[in-house]
Amino acid sequence: MIYALLLIPAIAAVLSLIVRGDVFRRTILILASVCHTIITITAWNKDAKPLLNGWLMLDKPGLLFLTITSILFLTCSFYAFGYLAGESGRRKQDFEEGAFLTNEPEAIFCACLLAFLTTMTFVTISQHLGLMWVAMEATTLASAPLIYFHHHHRSLEATWKYLLICSVGIALALLGNFFMVIAASVPESNDKSMILSSLVQQGQLLNGPWLKAAFLFFLVGYGTKMGLAPLHTWLPDAHSESPSVVSALMSGALLNCAFLGILRSYQVCLAAGLGQFCQNLFVLFGLISIGWAALFILGQPDYKRMLAYSSVEHMGILALGVGIGAGATFGAMLHAVNHSLTKAMLFLAAGNILAVYKTKTTKGVSGIMSVMPLTGILWIAGFFAITGIPPFGIFLSEFTIVKSMIEQGKIGIAVAFLAILALIFIGMAIAFLNMAQGRKNDDLKIKGNPDTAIAVLPPLALGVLTLVLGLYVPPVISNLLHDVAVRMGGY
Amino acid sequence: MNNTTDIVMIFLVLTNLTLLGLSRLGTCIRIVAVQGMVLGLLPLLLNGWNLEFHLIFFSVAIITLKGIVFPWMLRKTLRELNTHREIEPFIGYGTSIALGTVIFVICMWLSSRLSLPVATTSTRIVPVAFFTIMSGLFLIISRKKAITQVLGYLVMENGIYIFGVALVEKQPILVELGILLDVFVAVFVMGITMFHINREFNHIDTDRLSRLKV
Repeated sequence: MIYALLLIPAIAAVLSLIVRGDVFRRTILILASVCHTIITITAWNKDAKPLLNGWLMLDKPGLLFLTITSILFLTCSFYAFGYLAGESGRRKQDFEEGAFLTNEPEAIFCACLLAFLTTMTFVTISQHLGLMWVAMEATTLASAPLIYFHHHHRSLEATWKYLLICSVGIALALLGNFFMVIAASVPESNDKSMILSSLVQQGQLLNGPWLKAAFLFFLVGYGTKMGLAPLHTWLPDAHSESPSVVSALMSGALLNCAFLGILRSYQVCLAAGLGQFCQNLFVLFGLISIGWAALFILGQPDYKRMLAYSSVEHMGILALGVGIGAGATFGAMLHAVNHSLTKAMLFLAAGNILAVYKTKTTKGVSGIMSVMPLTGILWIAGFFAITGIPPFGIFLSEFTIVKSMIEQGKIGIAVAFLAILALIFIGMAIAFLNMAQGRKNDDLKIKGNPDTAIAVLPPLALGVLTLVLGLYVPPVISNLLHDVAVRMGGY
Repeated sequence: MNNTTDIVMIFLVLTNLTLLGLSRLGTCIRIVAVQGMVLGLLPLLLNGWNLEFHLIFFSVAIITLKGIVFPWMLRKTLRELNTHREIEPFIGYGTSIALGTVIFVICMWLSSRLSLPVATTSTRIVPVAFFTIMSGLFLIISRKKAITQVLGYLVMENGIYIFGVALVEKQPILVELGILLDVFVAVFVMGITMFHINREFNHIDTDRLSRLKV
C-alpha cells in the first residue's frame, strides 16, 4: 500500500511527460491525486507495518502530515486544471513590466507537480533518517522548476535563491545526520542503524553532546526549508513569484514536511532526555519567526508576499507550540492542519484575484466584493481564519497553545505572543479589507464571470474544512493528533 | 598508512586555499575535479586498501560523479556563458586566503575540543572536514558569479562527505547513493538555472539579482 502511494504519482509524472494533449494530461494529474487521497484515507484504518527492514513505515506523525499533503494536493490539482487551461498558449504578457514571456511547457510543469507529491510522500513515510534526507532534498529539486513556471527574471531570481539557500540548508541537515550517527555509535549500543524506532529505543545510550549538535544542525538545516526566521529569506520570493497553486502547495505541504524532519530528530532527543534543551531552541526560533513576520506584514505592499510572511509566522507558532510542550503540542499539531488548509485557501483565492486584477500590489486591488463576490467572500473569510478569529480552526489551535502557556505559568511568552498576533491582525486587516471593499478600479476590464466553479470550489472546500475543524474536531482526528503529540513529548 | 591519510588531508586543505585565491573559473572547476577524485579514493584509503566490492563500487561512483561528471557539466555551462573570471568578488583574493587560514586555525581548535566516541584513523580528518565545509560556505557568500556559488556548494558537500566517510562506518550504500544522486540532480538543475539566468540577463552575477526585496 505504501508502495502504491509512491508509485501512483511517480508513474503519473512519467506519463504526463509522455502523453500529448493538455486536457488528457490534466486529467492524469487529477486522477493521480484522487487515487493518492483515497489510499491515504484507507491508511487511517490500518495499523502501520514496517517495510524494507523498517526503513519505510507510515507511523502516526507521518500519517498526519501525509494526509495534510494529500488533501491539499487534491484540491490544488482541481484548481490547477482550471489554472492551466487559462495559462495555455505559448506567449503571454507580463503584467508587471509588460514584457512578453513564455510559460514553462505544461508537460514539465505537471510532471514536476506530481514528482513533488511523490517526494513529499517519501518524506512522510521514511523512517530512516538518511533516507528522509534524500527525500527532503528531492522535494527541493522537484519544486524548483515549479517556481519558474512563468519564464521571467523575477521568478528566475526566486528560483535561484530557493535552490541555493535550501540546498545549503539541507546540506547542513546532512551534517546533522552524520552527527546523529556518531552519537549513536557508542560501544554499548547493539543496533547502530539510523532507523527512528531503534534510535528512540536506545535513546538513553546515545552520546549527549553529539546528539545536541545533531539536533542543532537538523533545526538549522530543515528550519531553512521550513522557513523559520532568520533562515527564511528564500520563502517570500519563492511564494510570491510562483503560480498561486504552487505557493499553496509549498506553504501548506512542503513547509510541514520540513517541520516533520525536525520533529523526527526531536523524537530522538526526547528519548535521550534532551527535551528541555530542544524545547528552549524551539521557543526561541518560534518567537523570532513570529516577531520577524509581524515586522514585514505591517505595511507590506504585496499581498502574496504578505501571505508568505504569514507562513513564516505560522511556522513560528508551530515551533513555539512544540517548544511549550504539554497541551500546546496537541495545539501545534492541530495548528499544522488548520494553517495548511487556511493558507492554501488564501493562496488559491489570491490566484483568482491576480488573474483578474493583474497586479500583486495591495494598492492596485479594490472592490473585490463587487467584481468577484465569491472570491471576495473567500478572501475575507480567509483573513478571519488566518488571524485566528473564531469560529475558524486556527482560533482553536492558537487558543490551545496560549492556554497551555498560561497553565505552565509562562505568562511572559503568552503576553508577547498575543501582542504580536494583535499586530499581525492589524497589519493584515488594513490590506485585506481595503482590497475587498471600496469601488472597483475603473480601468479594470472583465470578460465574463471571473468566479468560475473550478476557481472557487477548491478554496471553498478548504475553507469549509477549516471552519468545521474550528467548530468540532472529530474524535478520529483528535485521537490521531493526541497520539502524535504524545510522541512529541506532550499530550 | 596514517602518513598517507595525513598527506591527503594536507592536499585537501591546499586545494581549498587555492580555490579561495583563484579568479579563473575554468581552473576553479579543475581544482574541484581534482578534489573530487582524491575524495573518491578516500574510502579505500581509510579502510587500508581492503578491496571489498561495495567499497570499490562506491569509490568508482564518487570518482565518476565528483571527478568527471560534475566538472564536465559545469565546464559545459561555462562554455555557454560569456564569462571566464570572477570579477570583483565581495571579498578580495588575498583577504580570502588570509581569512581562510584563520578559519582553518579555528577549525583545528574547535575539533581539538570535540571528543569523538569513535576511533579515527587520523586526527586531522575532523578539522579538514570542517575547513572544507567552511571554505564552501565562504565561497558561496563571498563570490558573485552563480557558477562559483555552485562550486562552493560542491566543496561544502565534499566537506560533509569527508566527515561521513571518515567517521561513519557503513552508512547503508543505498543512502550513500541517494545522497550522491541528489547532489547530481542539484548540480544539474542549478546548471540549467544558470543557463536561464545568463540568457535572461546576459550575466550570471547574483548580486544583481536583487529585484525582490522586503
